Parts: sequence; C-alpha cells; structure tokens
Amino acid sequence: MAAIIASRYAVEYPNITKELCGQTVSWLQQQRTEAVAKFAEQGFPTLHDEDWRYTNVSAIEKKLFTSALKIPTSQIDRNWLKSYQLKDAWSVVLIDGHFSSELSELGGLPEKVFVKSMANALETHPELLENYVNKAVNDNEHGFIAFNTAWFTDGLFVHVGAKQCLAKPIQVLHIVTQQDVLIATRTVIVLEQMAEAKIIETFVGMDGAYLSSTVSEVFVGQNADLTLYKTQFESEKAYHFSGSYVKQEQDARFTHHNYAFGGLLARSDIHTDLGQASECELNGLYLGIKRQHIDSHTRINHLKPHGISRELYKGVLDDRAKGVFQARVIVAEDAQKTDSQMNNRNLLLSSDAEADSKPQLEIYADDVKCGHGVTVGQLDDKSIFYLQSRCVDEETARNILTFAFANEMVDKIKIKELHDIVLEQVLSRFPQEGVNKEWL
Amino acid sequence: MLSIKNLHVSVGDKPILKGINLEIKAGEIHAIMGPNGSGKSTLSHILSGKAGYTVTEGSVTYQGKDLLEMAPEIRAREGVFLAFQYPVEIPGVSNIYLLKAALNSIRKHHGQSEVDAMDFLTLVKGKVRLLEMDEKFLYRAVNEGFSGGEKKRNEILQMAILEPKLCILDETDSGLDIDALKIVSEGVNSLRSSERSFVMVTHYQRLLDYIKPDFVHVLAKGQIVKSGGAELALELEEKGYSWLEDNQAAA
Repeated sequence: MAAIIASRYAVEYPNITKELCGQTVSWLQQQRTEAVAKFAEQGFPTLHDEDWRYTNVSAIEKKLFTSALKIPTSQIDRNWLKSYQLKDAWSVVLIDGHFSSELSELGGLPEKVFVKSMANALETHPELLENYVNKAVNDNEHGFIAFNTAWFTDGLFVHVGAKQCLAKPIQVLHIVTQQDVLIATRTVIVLEQMAEAKIIETFVGMDGAYLSSTVSEVFVGQNADLTLYKTQFESEKAYHFSGSYVKQEQDARFTHHNYAFGGLLARSDIHTDLGQASECELNGLYLGIKRQHIDSHTRINHLKPHGISRELYKGVLDDRAKGVFQARVIVAEDAQKTDSQMNNRNLLLSSDAEADSKPQLEIYADDVKCGHGVTVGQLDDKSIFYLQSRCVDEETARNILTFAFANEMVDKIKIKELHDIVLEQVLSRFPQEGVNKEWL
Repeated sequence: MLSIKNLHVSVGDKPILKGINLEIKAGEIHAIMGPNGSGKSTLSHILSGKAGYTVTEGSVTYQGKDLLEMAPEIRAREGVFLAFQYPVEIPGVSNIYLLKAALNSIRKHHGQSEVDAMDFLTLVKGKVRLLEMDEKFLYRAVNEGFSGGEKKRNEILQMAILEPKLCILDETDSGLDIDALKIVSEGVNSLRSSERSFVMVTHYQRLLDYIKPDFVHVLAKGQIVKSGGAELALELEEKGYSWLEDNQAAA
C-alpha cells in the first residue's frame, strides 16, 4: 500500500532532481532521499504545530510553485541589482537559486578564507561539507527543513580559517526574477577559532508570487566572532522562509540583525546553541503594511554555564498587517550563571493591525538571571503633544515617532552602505512627510 | 501680549478653573503660585493647547488672536513656549533633530527659508555653553536617560534657541538642586527682554529668589485670590497658602 503523500511537491520531486547540485556526492544523495521521504509524509508545517500556530502556510501547498530554471545573466537589470549590492564587500549573487559568477565579486579573498557557491563547494570539498550539512539542524525540525535538504539547488559555503579577520563583509544576494517559482538554497558558514566575519544575507525579488526558502547552518568556533545580517525585501506577493541554525562553541560571539520588511507571508527562524561563556545578541525589526504576515521565531539554547544572550525585536504594523514573535530561551540544568534578556516591542498604527507575541523561558538551572518583556501599543499621546509644543504638526510628529521607533534598530547596523539601504527601505514603507533622513 | 478673560475650564464634568482674569504685557514676568490642586498646571496646559480640557466660558487672546482656536504647533510657531514640568523622553529622536525641526517650522511659518546648517550649529553650541551643558547632549535622544536637572536644563536650552515671545515655565523649580536652579535661572534671565513675557507657574517661592517677578498671583481652587508684587511671594513663604484659602472661603 502506498503511503499517503502530504504534499503535492513530493509528487513532482522526481522530475526536478536532475537540476539539483551535488549529484555525485553520495552522502548528500542519501540525505536527500531521506528528506524527500520525510517531507512526503509530513509536508509543510500546519497550525497544529506549536511553533507554527500563528502562521498558516497552506497557501504554498495550494499554489504549487514550480522549480525555477536557470536564466541567462544578461536578463538581469544591473542597476536594480546594484541598489542592493554593497560596493565594498565580497558578494555572491544567486539568481533564482543558481550562482552567477558574472554578477558575483570574490576577488582578493585572503588565503585561508573561502567563499564559494554551494554547488561548486560540493564538487571541490564534499568531505569537508559532510561535517556541516544537516549538522546544525535536522529534517525533523519541521517541513521547511526537510524540503530544503531535498530541494536545494545551490547556495553558499563560507569557511573562515582560524584567526582570520575579514576586512570586508561578505554579502549573499538571493535574487528572484521569475514568477510562480520555488527557490531553495542552502548556506553553510564556518568560522574556525578566533576568526571574525560579517556576513549579510539579502533577499530581493521582482514583482510577483514565488516561494523563496533558504536554510543556513552556522558554526562559530571557539572565541570566534560572527555578525550576521539578514535583510529581507521580498516582493509583496512572495512567500519567504529562511532559517539560521547556529552552533556557538566556547566563548564564541554571535550577533544577528534581522530586518524583515517584505513578502506577503514571511517566516524566519533564528535558533542558536550557546556553549560555555558564549554570547549572542539577536536584534530584529519587522515592518508590516497592507496584508503582510511576518513571523519571527527565535530559540536561544543555553547549554553551558556563563552564557549571555540579549534579544530585542521591534515591530511596526499598519493596515491589516500581522506580526508574530515567538521566542524561546532554554537554560539547561548545566547552564548556571546564564544571563538572558528578551524583549519585544510592537507599535500598531492601525486598529486592524495585529501583533502576536509569545516569549517563553524554560529554565532548568537554579542560579541564573533571565528576564523578558513585551509591549504592544500605539504612538504615545504625550510624545505627540511634546513634539507639537515644539512646533511640529501632529501628522509629522506621528511620522517622526514611527521612524524613531524603527530607527533604534536600523542604527545598530555598523556598515554604512548597508545602513543606508535599510533606512531607505524603512522610509519607503511609511509616510515620510516631514521626516528628514539626514537628521535621523 | 496675553489677555485671559473669565476663563472657565473643566476636565470631564469637573470644573478646574473658575473664572481666571489675567493681563500680561510684553516684557513682564508673572508668577502664578498656589497649593497643589489649585489649577496651576491646568492653566499652563490650556495655554499650550494640551488635549483633554474643555473651555466652558471665557477667552484667551494672544497678540490680538484667539489662542484657544490654534493647534498646539501653531501656538508654538507663533511664539508660545511651554517648559514642561515633566519633559517627555523621545527615544530615537536626537535633541539636535528636534531643535532643527522646531526652528525650521517657525521659520517656515513666518515665510523664511530653512536655517543654514553652519549658522544653526553656531547658534546651538553658543546656547549649550550658556547653560553649561555638554555638547554630547545634542546628539542624545530627547531627554532619554537624562536626570531631572538635565531635563529642565534641556527645556531652557530649547527655549533659548526658539526665542519665543511668551514663555510658560511649569514648575521649573521642582526637582532641581540649587546649582542647577542657578544655571536654569541665569538661562531664563538672559532671555529677559522688553519683547518677551514670562509666566512662571510654581509651588515654591525659591525660584523667585533668582528670577524676580513683576507680579505674583495666588491661585486657589481655580481662582486668582490675590495679586501683588514680588513681595507677595515672600509673604506667602512666611504664612503659607492657608490664610488666603481661608479668606476665600469666608468671602
């Protein structure tokens, strides 16, 4: 008797396997076979899954997006691309899930650093990658992971050798140019001990509906330091899933900045496991307008003593938009002296906008300092009056205060070029009458 | 400059001000004193246009115009400045941003072009020195994490830069130590001119040792029960407010 197949995508799978990378890599082939079987059984997550109770992705199943074919690089509008691509950075450009060497910029990388497309790395370093692929996350987590393992066409592999400090950031641009397609990519980032890097994941799409999904597995070695930026500006009809699953060794520092502005339905997972005395800082800003649904899911797993975690997510929601913040901090029995602080603040600009916030602390150790706080509110009348009494009209006061609320998170970006791109995106999403960005 | 006639103000159904009459000419300094709950803060709020109050009777005329008809920002652009009792913290908006936005709003209101960036900095830095503030304050978020004294000083800094015609100081004295009070008072005194009037709302007489008023009015239970010169403040310090309230009750 044939097993019940939970997803129509699984039925299509045999037709697309020839497009996938790593065909000669046997361990990957085996992982893919297992993943597609698992995905066929469970499909995408549903509202019955606790971690997905606020986010309904059933539309992805209904749409039945088709796999994107490779298109010639000449069809890409270079000026459009340039508005998102940093000049002073190494960059990897993925067009519809396929690496483009012409658009990427990887000249002058130091010797002990490699930055390659996943497809290429699987050809040149399959044994090395075996240590990392599906090691920071596994297919049982939820359907998007198994889906990604089976479907990924390409992606990025970054390996920074011990004590290497990158002089420039690395940017990976996930560009979608086609409609009604599905994109799946896999990223592996490895920082060996004492290494330092800044990496930016940018998601941009032309108009239209599509599914863009990516899974990043991140390994931060002992006393290494990684800052990961995610800037998500998908098209307003897009479905987006991206997950970063991080393993921090002893004394490792990991900072994540999550700017989620695009997509009709967008979900991000940031999960990190902290080793002894390691630190993580998770910052997020989600902006929702019209009917956008933006879900941020974080999990901070303190496994060893003396870990520090700081989390601040802010949301601005207008029209009928919905923001979801689900965050869990788990402090293992062994993780004494953990210091953890989690905060979520939401600004609702319309009576139809909605914020669902669910912070959770699970503490199994007895000598820890953990706190969390959530606010959901409108613009403060006292602040509006104060600005009015300083000559600013009410509408401008509202605009300024909205930007000020969001700007706290934009200001955390230490890369000037990136800061300006993100600020521009914030400004373009809300009325900016009377707001002067030079002064922000 | 300002003419308040038979002003009655309620919050909900509760009358707070019950027939205030006050004439303030250009260049004068008026102190409004009175016990807690007498309606002092309501008077400063109603002049600056804060929402939540209903004027049931009377009028307020400012430079020949109906003040109560104007939106708060129009009053501010016309030269009415309220130094808040509790200045509001505005994270994400720097002091210098607010000062520039305010100054340019005033200039635009009067048909002038935006202030030149260099002139603006020179102006602001001069006033910062006057109030013995650190220039770093300019780049910090408005009032965020400021001490009580720093907040009050910041209010006076804004006043010094915006050069209003009618300055309303709401309980500027409270929460200040003597050194901060001296600095704030010097800041206010430096702004005194024949063109500019002040209304100082205060519970404490101490402020008037440093900023000498031309007139002192005592507000009790929503009415001005006594007016006089600077010497009235001293009398109040000696006798308290109760003798005036008793007089009012007897009358």
